[in-house]
Amino acid sequence: MPTSQTVARPVEDGLTADQLHSFLHQMLFIRRFEEKCGEMYTRGKIRGFLHLYTGQEACAVGSFATLGEQDKIVTHYRDHGHAIARGVDPNRIMAELFGRVDGLSSGRGGSMHLYDTSKGFLGGYAIVAAHLPLAVGLGMAANMKKDNSLAFCVFGDGSVAEGEFHEALNLAALWKTPVIFFCENNLYGMGVPISESLSTEITTLAAAYNMPAVKIDGMDVLDVYRETQKAVEHCRSGQGPYFIEAMTYRYRGHSMADPELYRLKDEVEDARRRDCIARLRTHMQELGLIDDDSFAALQQRVDEEMDEVVAFADASPEPGLDTLFDHVVKESVRA
Amino acid sequence: MPELRYRDALREALREELIRDDRVFLMGEDIGAYGGSYAVTRGLLDEFGRDRVIDTPIAESGIVGAGIGAAMAGMRPMVELMTINFSFLALDQIVNSAAKLHYMSNGQINVPLVIRMASGGGSQLGATHSHSLEGLYAHFPGLRVVCPSTPADAKGLLKRAFRDENTTIFIEHTALYGMRGEVPDDPDYLIEFGKANVLREGTDVTIVGYSGSTWQAVRAADMLEEQEGISAEVIDLRCLRPLDIDTVIASVKKTNRAVVVEDDWQFGGFAGEISAQLMEQAFDWLDAPVARVCGKDVPLPYNRNLEFAALPSEEDVVEAVLAML
Ligand SMILES: Cc1ncc(C[n+]2csc(CCOP(=O)(O)OP(=O)(O)O)c2C)c(N)n1
Ligand SMILES: [Mg+2]
Repeated sequence: MPTSQTVARPVEDGLTADQLHSFLHQMLFIRRFEEKCGEMYTRGKIRGFLHLYTGQEACAVGSFATLGEQDKIVTHYRDHGHAIARGVDPNRIMAELFGRVDGLSSGRGGSMHLYDTSKGFLGGYAIVAAHLPLAVGLGMAANMKKDNSLAFCVFGDGSVAEGEFHEALNLAALWKTPVIFFCENNLYGMGVPISESLSTEITTLAAAYNMPAVKIDGMDVLDVYRETQKAVEHCRSGQGPYFIEAMTYRYRGHSMADPELYRLKDEVEDARRRDCIARLRTHMQELGLIDDDSFAALQQRVDEEMDEVVAFADASPEPGLDTLFDHVVKESVRA
Repeated sequence: MPELRYRDALREALREELIRDDRVFLMGEDIGAYGGSYAVTRGLLDEFGRDRVIDTPIAESGIVGAGIGAAMAGMRPMVELMTINFSFLALDQIVNSAAKLHYMSNGQINVPLVIRMASGGGSQLGATHSHSLEGLYAHFPGLRVVCPSTPADAKGLLKRAFRDENTTIFIEHTALYGMRGEVPDDPDYLIEFGKANVLREGTDVTIVGYSGSTWQAVRAADMLEEQEGISAEVIDLRCLRPLDIDTVIASVKKTNRAVVVEDDWQFGGFAGEISAQLMEQAFDWLDAPVARVCGKDVPLPYNRNLEFAALPSEEDVVEAVLAML
């Protein structure tokens, strides 16, 4: 790694060299994590539905860097990248995907249902748009408790057509709840292109509910970071919800089961030319923060980290059958 | 007779109905360009075009409501909701509109709509994506609830659903899509609603199943025969509404014992309905209380072993039979 690690001077727009290095590391880590998941799926270690996040890394990394520890996060089922960017232990994420006892939910949740309340990570939600109203409630609680927290709610473009999207946006604006609605627009909801599922622009819909609504480049981690910062300031100052549409692209199929009949390889290649990791790398090279050798060293480091993640998950035992009925309901003690 | 997979038999039914009746159209999430989540509708968009095979946004309540409206206005729509798990978002339209308009309008309105969805656990999809709630829909008067267990039934019942004047909740089992079987190629091959199928005759016990659980019943019957020399009769209900309880009763009058198998939770489930009707109508013929072999009382976990333990197995069925003999 370059010597700049200890340098805290801003290299641009209030961002330090350290932060840029951290962004690069995190995005690379998530990329490799997802690729590893794909590999583990083909080897039968991970089963069920698996939705990979490759291509969209800048969204989670750039936006979560603006959040505080007190903030609450809810996201959709494409959730590994969000969990990692929030600082959830990747070993325990992989163990969850393996269905093992050291997983975040001891193997009962699986890929689409990751939770770590110790990090304010309140879940991956597998029913499209189901968590948008939950985010409103998290925001209501923040207002009532006056704890200066906000709810950060991630979802896909496909969710915008659901009724719950509209109900949630209206409620959030009506009650001025501190919610950042962060739409990762990867242009498709499964195989349906956005142009065939929405009658108008996403930001037009959001703005109609009377909240700021901006469209940003979700494949540029710095753009994501700066724009989310504005949203955070807006929410923290009691002005209610804020809507961000981050334009992005998923490189892999919707899930591992997707035959990808609906899009052309060219389109995927096109998106890869705007790759978030490559862009940050070039940018950092221009700033003299990184060179080919140090990038290769970072890749090497991430590969080693990934080996540890898989080894951890693989070493973890299966949950015992005697735990099947645990946590169906929480014991309630009367005062 | 040609051999088809369950999913191909369903596709053949849809194709034939689209050709037969120009009021028929299909709409649903990813049924077009993607080819259907379970590849049932693959190729239909190319063949019939975008006016009759419509890819919809993810808006379950909206598209079911629109299907109801189109049916009220004389069309014969089919709405595909991917899976039963997502049908909860359309539950109000199904229960308050589709199931009730005919009654509330004193017969002026009817809703000839087919709503297809996949059901069933066992694929490690976790708690939100593994429901088997056929019995939930069977609870509502005004609906037809159909759940085929073979490729031939899939075709004959789906075609029959398009000819019904009411809304049919057509529930397919995810584990059966790849199953092969002989399917008549007669374009008028219809299976009447409310006719259970005796899949295997026997004399010692009646095992009742539907959808995927039918095959647990069959495998259990094989095991009982091979291992214990017990002769089990297996009945596939095929429809939960209208329900053919007569076939079950006739069987119980012969065997004097019954086990009902279903993937769904036991508490408040459909097996309880069968059990109660047998108690009411065949009490004097029963030599043992009706047994239920159902899913355990937990949301389905992701981990394979836990999920397996939570779902009923053929061993559970065998055990239940041995306990009553
Ligand atoms: C209510 C509901 N309907 C349908 C589905 C099936 N489904 C899962 S993901 C998905 C597409 C969602 O697309 P989008 O919101 O754009 O997110 P992306 O997968 O692109 O990240 C669909 C239709 C579901 N999980 N929940
Ligand atoms: Mg999308």
